[in-house]
Amino acid sequence: MNATAARHETVLSVDTLRLDLLGSPGQPGLVEDVSFQVRAGETVALIGESGCGKSITSLAVLDLLPPQVVVASGTISVAGEDVTAATARRMDALRGSVVGSVFQDPMSSLDPTMTVGAQIAESRRLHLREPRKVALERAVELLELVGIPNPRARAAAYPYELSGGMQQRALIAAAIACEPRLLIADEPTTALDVTVQAEILELLADLQQRTGMGMLLVTHDLGVVAGIADRVVVMYAGQTVEQAPTEELFANPAHPYTRALLSSVPQAGRRLTALPIIPGRVPPAGAFPAGCRFHDRCAFAEARCLDGEIPGNRAGRQSRCHQA
Amino acid sequence: MVIRLLRRLGISLVSLFLVAVVVFLLMQAAPGDAAEALVGSDATAAEVEAARERLGLNEPLVVQFGNWLLAAVQGDFGTSLYSDRPVIDSLLAAAPATISISVVALLIAAVLGVTAGTVAGLRQNSWADRGVSLLATLGIAMPNFWVGLLLVSVFAFDLGWLPATGYVPIEQGFGDWLRHVILPAFALALAMTAEVARQTRGGVVDVLSRPYILAARARGASRGWLVRKHVLRNSAIPVVTVFGLQSASLLGGVVIIEAVFGISGLGTLAITSVVRQDYPVIQAYVVLVALIVIVINLLVDISYGWINPKVRS
Repeated sequence: MNATAARHETVLSVDTLRLDLLGSPGQPGLVEDVSFQVRAGETVALIGESGCGKSITSLAVLDLLPPQVVVASGTISVAGEDVTAATARRMDALRGSVVGSVFQDPMSSLDPTMTVGAQIAESRRLHLREPRKVALERAVELLELVGIPNPRARAAAYPYELSGGMQQRALIAAAIACEPRLLIADEPTTALDVTVQAEILELLADLQQRTGMGMLLVTHDLGVVAGIADRVVVMYAGQTVEQAPTEELFANPAHPYTRALLSSVPQAGRRLTALPIIPGRVPPAGAFPAGCRFHDRCAFAEARCLDGEIPGNRAGRQSRCHQA
Repeated sequence: MVIRLLRRLGISLVSLFLVAVVVFLLMQAAPGDAAEALVGSDATAAEVEAARERLGLNEPLVVQFGNWLLAAVQGDFGTSLYSDRPVIDSLLAAAPATISISVVALLIAAVLGVTAGTVAGLRQNSWADRGVSLLATLGIAMPNFWVGLLLVSVFAFDLGWLPATGYVPIEQGFGDWLRHVILPAFALALAMTAEVARQTRGGVVDVLSRPYILAARARGASRGWLVRKHVLRNSAIPVVTVFGLQSASLLGGVVIIEAVFGISGLGTLAITSVVRQDYPVIQAYVVLVALIVIVINLLVDISYGWINPKVRS
């Protein structure tokens, strides 16, 4: 594929997505008015506190929502194909081939009864119909590609015989086995040691550079974001509240929530003082306040913030706030 | 792996030896005198004494046990006090009927139980799931002799499809053998099938909630692939455990089922021997049952290692 032509192609487009919890009619969606895009060769970070809807949004992209959550409106298209309208069979064909995924906890994301190699070979057998032996051979090459020493022995090993970092490398190898256009990495480093975290991020960035795939990185770790994301989408209480190129967002955050989030990160070289925190907590789904969902935790809230919809997309900066 | 197997095998042999000791001592403690039973109640004291001498009952206990064990290991459990035939012949004559019923029952329980449990687990809270749960509860609650009578009255008397009683050896035709074996096997298998179905369902539901299932689906695994490659194997450990436990109670259940279906198998032999105080036969029967249970447990243990590679190390 021509790398420059591919670079601007949109591999993921989420448009005014709303996810509802079944059996709770009349309530605001778990996720509402979420829109963002990921282009080929680009890393987009989806950030926010726990419970703000990041992971459920990424599961919606894979059409792997838990049974009680449904797409109520909006569209999700992956490499031009509408996921919300696709059949179950078509989704089986897309997952693993067009979209690869890496999840949070590598140990529990690997089947304990199957060798590491067999799990990496799985998607090649499923999508490319490769015979078992051929796919296993390819799994060894993939393990080498993700920087695992002695890949042949590791391919024959069972998950418990590998360290956490190696397990995550193996899962990354499985995710990219069919050269997907989009990689969804949901908190890929959260369960790992700090030293290993950096290695995994480096690996992801390196693989993305080589393959030109788009990457959606779901994380609550701003350090991760600064390191490898091109653009950042900030979510709060089920909505996207701000999105901007990484440098711009860090230098000049527009939304009060983004500002609060950035100021609550400890920074090296600064004197140790009390770390600013955001008072209160993310409201649970079903208890989102009217108006701006952040207003009760916001230092700048005024009367007009208390009710009415606040548009998320306006000219210039994308920030869901009356003031910025 | 090999060391684990050898150690496990050693434990099995020790258990078997302990069973032999207990069986031997229990028989010593049991009321009634084998020599008196043999010669009859109107025999003279001299005749009883002669019988005691002949049976080796005057030797020290340890010697008696040693002799008995040495012979038993070679398949010689002595002669029946009642029929004067070698015990092993009686056992071998009775075994095929019991083995036939038990093995067919095990197959029914495995196939039916695992299938029903998997379907129920995959479609949690569906009508199929509720149906399986209801049937499983019924299966566990209904006594097997009653189910046996029910089956006989429907399939043998009302419909006339299958014979009500008796057993035909497999050498005399597979079809005829199966027609005689299928009803008792079903009656025997019912409770086990129900238990296996419940365990399988529970295992499948648990496994489906694991992150590695989500990860496999995210790689594009279809439903069928997911079940074959990930779900069944991971949910197998509790199922195999239940299978082992239930196999042991199957050996108890078969005694009643043989009575209901008029089949003279090992269960029937055991009961008549108890009534007749035919100690050598009882001893041999208990040792045989213990041997079967121990072998089943050994197989279950070995299968753990095959299912979950982590157990092997």
